[in-house]
Order: sequence, then structure tokens, then C-alpha cells
Amino acid sequence: MDAIIEGLPLFIDGFLVTLSLLGVAGMGALGIGIVVAAMRISPVASLRMIATVYTELVRNTPLTLLLFGCAFVLPYLGVRLDYFTLAAIGLTVYTSPFVAEALRSGVNGVSIGQAEAARSIGLTFGQTLGFVVMPQAIRMVIPPLINVFIALTKNTSVAGGFFVLELFAQSRRVINNRGDEVLAILLAVAFFYLIITVPLGLIAGAIEKRVAVLR
Amino acid sequence: MSQSVLYDAPGPRAIRRSRVTSVVSAVLIALGIAWLIFTLASPRETAGGSTQVGLFDASRWDILLDAAVWRALWRGVQGTLQMAGAAAVLAMIIGILFSFGRTARTAWIRVPTAVLLEFFRGMPVLLMMLFVLLVFASGSYVAGVAALAVYNGALIGEILRAGIASLPRGQAEAGLAIGLTPTATRFLIEFPQAFRQMLPIIIAQMVVLLKDTALAYIVGYPELLRIGVNNLSNFYGNAYFFTLFFVVLVIYLVINLSLSWVARFVARRTGSKAVVAKIPRRGIFGRTRGTAAPTDDGADDGAAGKS
Repeated sequence: MDAIIEGLPLFIDGFLVTLSLLGVAGMGALGIGIVVAAMRISPVASLRMIATVYTELVRNTPLTLLLFGCAFVLPYLGVRLDYFTLAAIGLTVYTSPFVAEALRSGVNGVSIGQAEAARSIGLTFGQTLGFVVMPQAIRMVIPPLINVFIALTKNTSVAGGFFVLELFAQSRRVINNRGDEVLAILLAVAFFYLIITVPLGLIAGAIEKRVAVLR
Repeated sequence: MSQSVLYDAPGPRAIRRSRVTSVVSAVLIALGIAWLIFTLASPRETAGGSTQVGLFDASRWDILLDAAVWRALWRGVQGTLQMAGAAAVLAMIIGILFSFGRTARTAWIRVPTAVLLEFFRGMPVLLMMLFVLLVFASGSYVAGVAALAVYNGALIGEILRAGIASLPRGQAEAGLAIGLTPTATRFLIEFPQAFRQMLPIIIAQMVVLLKDTALAYIVGYPELLRIGVNNLSNFYGNAYFFTLFFVVLVIYLVINLSLSWVARFVARRTGSKAVVAKIPRRGIFGRTRGTAAPTDDGADDGAAGKS
């Protein structure tokens, strides 16, 4: 137990870094994801193609490789940033296609009749999307979107392997000092992750149930 | 919703507009790529004052002619595939056990299984790898396989459970009616159908698993990424770093895209439209509406779908 008490300040530091990674990368991924999702359902074929290629390429690249690229290849391009920002960029890029897919599946979940009705009263593409499809899609999109953010929370641990002192990296440091209490330390760190991921999951489940009843 | 409902068949103006957008975006992308290539190709001043040749200079790529490099990369691919294969088999077994536990009639089995499952799903795979590595003093291979197996096993358990739940109730009832035990009913009647129905999602999960073997890089397992980008560039010199990075990226993309393609192919072949619709194209992500299937994608991508 004393190892945990001793390490607590480090854990909390790490936890805060994890949370800021989650916040920064989450917002970034949401931004890019919205653009990519919009491109994938747009009438312009070339935009659809670009978005599809982007999604497929990024989704099939391991996160570790992507962070490797951010940490060591981006500097070749003259990018001079600290490792936190580089890791946040990597996580943003990695998460964005999943956000886009979650959004797109929500749009696809709105029944055709809704869009047809909107089209038949003469709404344009923008109006159909903005006033009819999106408000319904958003409701259905929230649970999968939360799942993306849960995944992102867990993925921030990979940044710990690339010089970012978040929760995972801090736990390694504490273990280096107190090798005798490895089990307790790891369980404590797991607890910190679980206090983000489990409640988020419960919220997602609750929202999903409500939406399911409404439909 | 098909694309076409969102907008009319384009008229002349819309066609023109869409062409303009196409051309503009193509030009922008071409400019971006050109800038990227130009920047990568231009020589750089290092901190020491010497000049390095650009990234596309032949001197950076000549190692690809060296058979030893490809042998090393092949060892990396083998390492990755070995870990993924072992973890996939174990994950299936663990998944079946989990789905059993979660549908057990006794609360004494069901509730602890559910808690365990939430625990495994909410924890980063990387942390689990470190956990196994340090607590059981196992090698990095065992740590990677165990963590991936348990994590993906939890997800596959949920997938199978959703598959069983989606079967018509008559299936299990018929089994019980002809005198099979509940266990026999599960194994002979429910699992084969659930497995078949969920196969595309399970394969998609395997793609995630394969991708996640790259996490074992961080605990020091010699898989493709570690051998390719780390060891080789240490051995041949940092000048080759970008080359090796590029080659490893291409290898990963080839492996993962072909597996994804298999998943899609199987999804089409298994026919059942309902299941195909559940899989948002490559299946990995999130549940689509109204389905019980928690197709989370795992580690990394996906997340703990609660259902």
C-alpha cells in the first residue's frame, strides 16, 4: 500500500496528462471526424473518395506506428513540437476516422423516409441534412461516439511509450522505484483508467436504451 | 440511407459545381502531396552543421536491395503473425467461456463474469501487457499474447452473446425439447448459428487484434514495428529511418487491408442481410442502430460497448 500512497502525486500528475490528451485529441478528432463524415456523404464524388481513402488508410495503421511517425517523422518536415503535442496529433488522426464512421452510421440509421420527405417538400441538401437528418442522427450517434472516446482514453496509454508522462508512463516510473509492490501499483493505475471508461460506458448504454425505446 | 436520397440527380448547374469542387480539391491535394514530397526530398541542415541528403535520395533506399533487410522484416512479420495467431485462438476460447458465464442461469456465475468483463474491457491493453510482464515475470511474447487474448476474448464474448440473443427462441427450446442438456443445446445448436452469424464481426475483431500486436513493441517484443523501424535503423544507421518506417507502414497496410477485405467478403457470403447491415462497412466500429451486437473494436478502436 505505501507504494501507492508514495506514488499518488505521480499518478495524479499522470492522470491529468491523460485527461488533457483525451480532451485535446477528442476535440481534434471530433473536428476532423465531422469534416470527413460530411465528405463521405456529400454529393461530390471526389470528396467521397478522398474521405474513404483517408479512413481506410488511417484505420489500418497501428496506433503505435502512427505515434512513431508523429514523434520521429514529423520533425523531418520541420515540425518542432513537444512530445505531448505530437502524441495529441497522432491520437487525433488515429481517432478521427472512427469518429467519422460513428457519425456516418448515425446518418445511415435515419430512415430513408425522413430524407425523402424532406426532399419532397423541396429542401436542399444542406437543409435536409441540417434540419431533418442531423438532429435525428445525433441522438443515435452519441452512444457509438462515447465508445470512440472510451477507446481513445485507453489509447492515450500508448503515448506513454513515446515520452509523454501520462498515467501509463508514470506507473512505469513508480514501479521502477518500488518493484516490490507491482501488483498493487498496477491495480491502482487500472482504477484510474476505469474511473473514466466505466462511467462513460454506462452512460452510453443508458442513452442507447432510451433511444431504442423511442424508436 | 442510400446516398441518392439526400439530393436530387444533379442538374447541369450541380454537375458543374461538383466538377469544380472535384478539380479544386484534387488540385489542393496534389499541392499538399507535392509540398510533402518536396520537403521530404530537400536536404536538411543538422544541428551539427552538416547537410543530410533528402529523404528520396538513393543513398537512403539502397538497403532495400539487401536481402538481409528483407529477412529481418520477414522475421518481424512472423513475430507479429505468431502473436496475433496465438492470441486469436485463445481469444476465441476465452470469448466462448465469457459468453457462457454471462448467460449462466446462476447469478453466482453471471455477476462476477460481468464484473470481470467490464474490468478487462475498460483497461488499456498496454497496461495489461505490462501487468502480465511484471507480475508473472513472463516474457514479452507471453505478456502480449495473454493481454490481447483476454481483452479480445472479452469483446468476442459479448459478440457471441449478442449472436445467441439474436437467435429465435425456438432454437434453444427445440434443443431442450428433444432432451439435450442446456450445455449440449448451447454447443450443438446455439453456438454454431451464433458463430456463423457473427463471423464477419469476429474477423473484423481479428484485424483489430492484429493491429494491436504493435503495442507489444512498447513492452519489447520483436514484432514487425520493433524489428523494422527500431532494430534495423539502429543497425544500418538513422539515415534509413524514414525508408524503414515507410516500408513497415506499407507492410502493415497490405496485411490489414487484405484481412479487412476477407471480413467484407465473408460478410457478403454469409448472406444474412441483417448481419451485413449491422456491420458498418468494415465492421469494426461501434454498434449501428438497433442492433444488439456490440461490435466494438477494440483496443483501440473500439470500445467498450455496453449492452
